[in-house]
Amino acid sequence: MAADERLRRTMMFVPGNNPGLIKDAGIFGVDSIMFDLEDAVNMNEKDSARYLVYEALQTFDYGNAELVVRINGLDTPFYENDIKAMVKAGIDVIRLPKTENADMIHELENLVEAAEKEFGREVGSTHLMAAIESAMGVVNAYEIASASDRMIGIALSAEDYTTDMKTHRYPDGQELLYARNAILHAARAAKIAAFDTVFTNLDDEEGFIRETKLIHQLGFDGKSLINPRQIAPVNKIYAPTQKEILNAQNVMAAIEEAKRKGSGVIAMNGQMVDRPVVLRAERVMMLAKANNLIDAEGNYIGE
Amino acid sequence: MEIKQTAMAGTLESSDLQIVLSQGTKGIEFDLTSDVAKQFGNDIKATIKSVLDAYDIENASVKVVDKGALTPVIKARAITAAQRALDLKDQPNWEVL
Amino acid sequence: MENKVNREIPDQILNDYKYEGFKTTDFGNPEIQRVAPKVTAQVGPSKVVESVKKVVSETLKDGMTISFHHHFREGDFVFNMVMREIIDAGYKDLTLAPSSLTNVMNDIVVEAIQKGVVTNITSSGMRGSLGDAVSHGALKNPVIFRSHGGRARAIEEGKVKIDVAFLGVPNADEMGNANGMNGDAAFGSLGYALIDAQYANKVVLLTDSLMPYPNTPASIKQTQVDYVVKVDKVGDPDKIGSGATRFTKDPKELQIAQMVNDVIVHSPYFKQGFSFQTGSGGAALAVTRFLRKAMIENQIKASFALGGITKPTVDLLNEGLVSRIMDVQDFDKGAASSMKNDANQQEIDASWYADPANKGAMVDKLDVAILSALEIDTKFNVNVMSGSDGVIRGAIGGHQDAATAKLTIISAPLVRGRIATIVPDVTTVITPGDSIDVVVTELGIAINPKRKDLIDSLSKVPGLPIFTIEELQQKAEKLVGKAEPLQFTDRVVALAEYRDGSLIDVIKQVKD
Repeated sequence: MAADERLRRTMMFVPGNNPGLIKDAGIFGVDSIMFDLEDAVNMNEKDSARYLVYEALQTFDYGNAELVVRINGLDTPFYENDIKAMVKAGIDVIRLPKTENADMIHELENLVEAAEKEFGREVGSTHLMAAIESAMGVVNAYEIASASDRMIGIALSAEDYTTDMKTHRYPDGQELLYARNAILHAARAAKIAAFDTVFTNLDDEEGFIRETKLIHQLGFDGKSLINPRQIAPVNKIYAPTQKEILNAQNVMAAIEEAKRKGSGVIAMNGQMVDRPVVLRAERVMMLAKANNLIDAEGNYIGE
Repeated sequence: MEIKQTAMAGTLESSDLQIVLSQGTKGIEFDLTSDVAKQFGNDIKATIKSVLDAYDIENASVKVVDKGALTPVIKARAITAAQRALDLKDQPNWEVL
Repeated sequence: MENKVNREIPDQILNDYKYEGFKTTDFGNPEIQRVAPKVTAQVGPSKVVESVKKVVSETLKDGMTISFHHHFREGDFVFNMVMREIIDAGYKDLTLAPSSLTNVMNDIVVEAIQKGVVTNITSSGMRGSLGDAVSHGALKNPVIFRSHGGRARAIEEGKVKIDVAFLGVPNADEMGNANGMNGDAAFGSLGYALIDAQYANKVVLLTDSLMPYPNTPASIKQTQVDYVVKVDKVGDPDKIGSGATRFTKDPKELQIAQMVNDVIVHSPYFKQGFSFQTGSGGAALAVTRFLRKAMIENQIKASFALGGITKPTVDLLNEGLVSRIMDVQDFDKGAASSMKNDANQQEIDASWYADPANKGAMVDKLDVAILSALEIDTKFNVNVMSGSDGVIRGAIGGHQDAATAKLTIISAPLVRGRIATIVPDVTTVITPGDSIDVVVTELGIAINPKRKDLIDSLSKVPGLPIFTIEELQQKAEKLVGKAEPLQFTDRVVALAEYRDGSLIDVIKQVKD
């Protein structure tokens, strides 16, 4: 699997035909920027958006953000040109909407590979992710997640999904309980990232925080966002506690100690430290740095 | 290449640029409206001209209303308009991109 | 000659208008002889006259200097009312010396210029059609721009001698006791007008609300007033101040505000009893809200907030987070209406606020100032006067004055549309880089290299992106491209004074 350990707490939608939003998307410290060629773009402007995102990717500095584009679905006349343009532009990740099964990922992968060859990009350098928006997609979540080495994540898209399930979204999110857990398990089993759906009511800050806390607790890597204002609250919820940081620092110190001694065994307080503990500690330190909770000397400076 | 039909691209939103390409006979003729014409008028025209050159469009009337668009936006809007004017909306010229 | 901010000032200007070029932000301790107004004694029983026309004909002669205040902002009726009478009466060669000029005054000033009624202007600033006309050479003599503190100084020193001050007030009694706090058109502090009331030879109050004698509290006193004119309406309450100030939702403004807050909180000045000035505008209001949270979390209270006041600052006073508001003008209704109810919201005049030629102004005690900018250059010089096309469209306001604070922060987006805010050289220097400490943009901050102490303390803040000002300038240029230089003629259309009365820059006529 192509999954790396980068932080993907926040993936912000940016409408693909909006120059103002596209130019500023890089300034808010979002982990992933997702340029949208699909639902945010009017049918008659698919070509405009494609060229606009293409030119933006050539020029603007998006810092360390992972760059994702949501292409039009495989049931539209637009996706082949979308794929070619975005591969040529050197996008990090192509996100396929309305993914139902592994075959759709295979088809996407074939087109991406062909485009990589056509435009002289390294084969395999374009990563993929899938949005799951239907009952079929949820049922096939694992085969989708594991369909390609290029896959880095799967995301729940709740608006279409709840319609397919003959329900709608409720404040408590009970209607998404199964889908969230199924997608999360599929992602974890395939060792790729899991993204939760968007929260669309910008004025309901409390509801947004409640939902983000829930998906953080479940184990999602992060959340899809529709506005830069949603970034800070998500990061705050994903920030490690002081206790977690101190513990992680002890683990890191034990690793250093083992390295110094040339020992293959990492020990802390007389107990062996196994790999999952090391991985968790590394992630905690990454989150601590991303949230500015430690200074240059590694001292905790949170509130 | 000859322009087949009048085509428009872009919007009048801030940071965008709207361009209308139509048939011309006397080379590339610009009609530019921009708040930053003093500082960037020539640059805007040069950016659009380079796109038209890439499509071998030699004669065109180019009406531009600029709302403070940055170069990649200008370029993208010009490409869109050119593709549409040449009736190639769904056949991108990958060489030009 | 080239002055200390490397601006070429034509020698002819220095000689003709008797100016020194700008040298330093340090005013020193000179001894200054102030002037006093001529007083025409009277005992009343009433100073009320029936018409503007009558008072104009009794007081005004060709060549005189007249003044107004701009506290009614975009809701001002008084300026147009008086200027109409003056123009229609056919006066010539007047000097217009208001505290500032708002958009609602533009058309009639342009008319007065065209008819030769007004041939000289001094103001804090101007915008719109008036700025455009002046930048295209409409006025015979150069406009002189002064800061609020600089205007008070110039009036006190006699550089500006006001013959007649026409001062609109929302209430007054028959003898001229008046304040800005009560009445339909209340605007709060009368700060800028108080200087005119004190130094003009003739003071005319215009009010739509005659109060029983004696009218208190009296900010302008009957000892200063010659005439009181009853008019229908002095202003439009809905346009005087913005309504309820709304917290910005613009993510870029919020990001800048958050970073400004980080700079303040991690500076050595964020301590018990600190003082600050924030100004108006979306980012400034957001800073006030972030600062409130930081003050509560760190249990820090401010001794005073200074300058132009907004409702969020009044809220801090009500919460006990700020001990005093020192109020020279009010930007919104919330701030304007609270002054009369709270003795801790003190009205101050422009001299007390910001005058350098003083026995001590409030700005001298100011710790933190957050100011805006149209342009900042790599020498940290700030332009708040000329637009990206070279046309006058701004005002000095208290910018030069408040910038003398211990920590002066300029908050501005890196670019506006396709216009870079951080540039190699500003079009017009208004506030010298020596008085600017930190520039905050949405991408990060730049610290004046002279402030090694701030570089030390702010470098330790994780997640606060610090660049050199040159790096920010290059980032802006990379985004928008290199602008073609603006074209000007050799004709000087405006002079920008520094607050000490030296010449910091000149503005030339634009070439179109």
